[in-house]
Amino acid sequence: MKNKKRLLSAALVAVMLVAVVAGCGKKDSGDSSSSEGSETFKIGGIGPLTGPAAVYGIAVQNGADLAVKEINEAGGINGKQVEFKMEDDTHDAEKAVNAYNTLKDWGMQMLMGTVTSDPCIAVEAEAEADNMFLITPSGTAVDCIKGGNAFRLCFSDPTQGIKAAEYIGEHGVGKKIGVIYDSSSSYSKGIYENFAKEADNHDLEVVAAEAFTADSNKDFTVQLKKIKDAGADVVFLPIYYDETALILKQAKDMEFDTTFFGCDGLDGLLSVEGFDTSLAEGVMLLTPFAANAEDELTKKFVADFDAAYSQTPIQFAADGYDAIYAIKAAAEEGGITPDMSASDICDALVTSMTKIELKGLTGTISWADDGEPDKEPKAAIIEGGEYVMK
Amino acid sequence: MKKKIFKNNMITYALIIAFYIVMQVMITTGSISSLLQGLLVPLCMYAIAAVSLNLVVGFSGELSLGHAGFMCIGAYASAIFSRVTEDSLPDLPRFLIAILIGALVAGVFGFLIGIPVLRLRGDYLAIVTLAFGEIIKNLFNVLSLGKDNEGLHVSFNDAAVMELGEGGEKIVDGALGITGTPRDSSFTIGIILLLLTVFIVVNLVNSRTGRAITAIRDNRIAAESIGLNVTKYKLMAFTISTTLAGVAGVLYAHNLSSLTVKLFNYNTSILILVFVVLGGIGNVRGSIIAAIVLTALPELLRGMANYRMLIYALLLIVMMLFNWAPAAIHFRERIKSKFSKKQEVV
Repeated sequence: MKNKKRLLSAALVAVMLVAVVAGCGKKDSGDSSSSEGSETFKIGGIGPLTGPAAVYGIAVQNGADLAVKEINEAGGINGKQVEFKMEDDTHDAEKAVNAYNTLKDWGMQMLMGTVTSDPCIAVEAEAEADNMFLITPSGTAVDCIKGGNAFRLCFSDPTQGIKAAEYIGEHGVGKKIGVIYDSSSSYSKGIYENFAKEADNHDLEVVAAEAFTADSNKDFTVQLKKIKDAGADVVFLPIYYDETALILKQAKDMEFDTTFFGCDGLDGLLSVEGFDTSLAEGVMLLTPFAANAEDELTKKFVADFDAAYSQTPIQFAADGYDAIYAIKAAAEEGGITPDMSASDICDALVTSMTKIELKGLTGTISWADDGEPDKEPKAAIIEGGEYVMK
Repeated sequence: MKKKIFKNNMITYALIIAFYIVMQVMITTGSISSLLQGLLVPLCMYAIAAVSLNLVVGFSGELSLGHAGFMCIGAYASAIFSRVTEDSLPDLPRFLIAILIGALVAGVFGFLIGIPVLRLRGDYLAIVTLAFGEIIKNLFNVLSLGKDNEGLHVSFNDAAVMELGEGGEKIVDGALGITGTPRDSSFTIGIILLLLTVFIVVNLVNSRTGRAITAIRDNRIAAESIGLNVTKYKLMAFTISTTLAGVAGVLYAHNLSSLTVKLFNYNTSILILVFVVLGGIGNVRGSIIAAIVLTALPELLRGMANYRMLIYALLLIVMMLFNWAPAAIHFRERIKSKFSKKQEVV
């Protein structure tokens, strides 16, 4: 009796599974046949659209969508329209590979992603095996672009650490540096390690380096106290904005008045809910993009972005926007067409990427053979509740 | 009785093998989507983890909330081995040894944790395993390991301290984890390991030892009074369970080229517990089916964009009600009695 009960339930589940799988299979075969004769470029995107890192993924998605819309209105790439589709990876390597496979079923020819580092490393291995062109807008870990098929739009972790030390040294921001970093984050740790290495070359002294982990990121008074006692005149924060907001508040409470200097992770600080923005006055950050820059390109982008999504774009939106335009520039240089296979497109783009120079929102960028971008580092300072480019 | 158990087990094996054959046919004819093909190894991995946890939760009656921690140990131990011997061993033997190492190391840790904790009564195992999972996560988060011509270097501070010499290479890089693990996991190996896991668990449960384990679960005092060594049997079940969790970790580590500790937090431990509870506590086949359905469904529903999380949550509730609500049980019985009557007529 009990056995039969189980048999019945097993049979029911089996029927359901088969239905799901079969349904999915049919849909896919339909898609792939339609893409063969299609006349559009298919660009896929991967990033966290839900979960704790969703701010970044959604910003990249919005920026990329905007770029694709503009390109299509202006006649497309090489006269062909562009389709863009973003899949969610919840900032998880396993889910990112699933997202990649989903996009492949959809008929993706080029990949703009992934947004965050660890998923990007996993996806890059898949993309390299398939010879799929990949450009990551904001994956900063070195291994994100290990293969010959991959390019990066932002600075890598080591570069950010080095550029930060360079900037502090050259602009005389301070001499004695205190650091608070997240030892459980590869982004934060990567920047810190390279910053510490480079600091000597610029006559900077790291007087205190205090770590925290993702499980203990609420109370920073101990770290701040140690840094204060060590007599630091600059506090370097290679971390994200939500933790920075807490640090600034706690520093104010213990009357620790100093200069805070951060990297691109601090972008978004002013939009933290319930955060007193006057605390952020004088905070400096290394970021390639500020929404109130005066150049024509940025002004137009910010106005269009506001019209489309009713918000001010952050740096990640600019990264997504530039990444799409980088693909466009390389595609036009390489003269690719939508009927080419993904692998042929990749071969063509890899050669043409190193030839182009992109005048984008995040600076004038050219690429080396290893996929790393070459552009000027820019720093912004928070004044009067706004990011002001220096 | 014996015949019934035998038949029941054969159905489980047959279902797994049928699943394998269907997928293989789809792969060879090219009618499978890349998404589903990419999901096959994770499906095996989660199924193994669920079956192994069921041994503790279902048959030994203890609650373990640190299963992801043991998977993490298996994953890291095997990935380090594979990275170190990448150039010196051929693929298949290396992977087989990696599986053994992952299983062994996870098993040893399970044994060590179990010795003090399983002597206690109550929910202590749940608390200790929860803490253990977090400790393991944080330890691997700061671990750096490199190799050069002089041998292996280990550091718990940062990778720069190791000062690797000539031919130096970082294997584990703190929070970045292990990148570039050889991708040896395949669907075939996954299915073989799943069959092996089911074989071990099912045979253990139906053996003399298994009856002792379930006896202790049902009434500890009675079991003690007839002379069963409670700690020994509990420890046995727990160690075997963690060993198998280590195997699941090995599959995971060799399926992706990026391995970080992020996945192995308590959320994953609870996810696996959800597979076990919804599949039916003490029901091996149910664990496998729940693991497969609940892992595959959110991915296959990607077409529904933002609604898929909602559907997933609804599915959890529906499955829970179908399994446990009195009205649903009554309804199922009625359907089944009709079903069996019909069979009798035939």
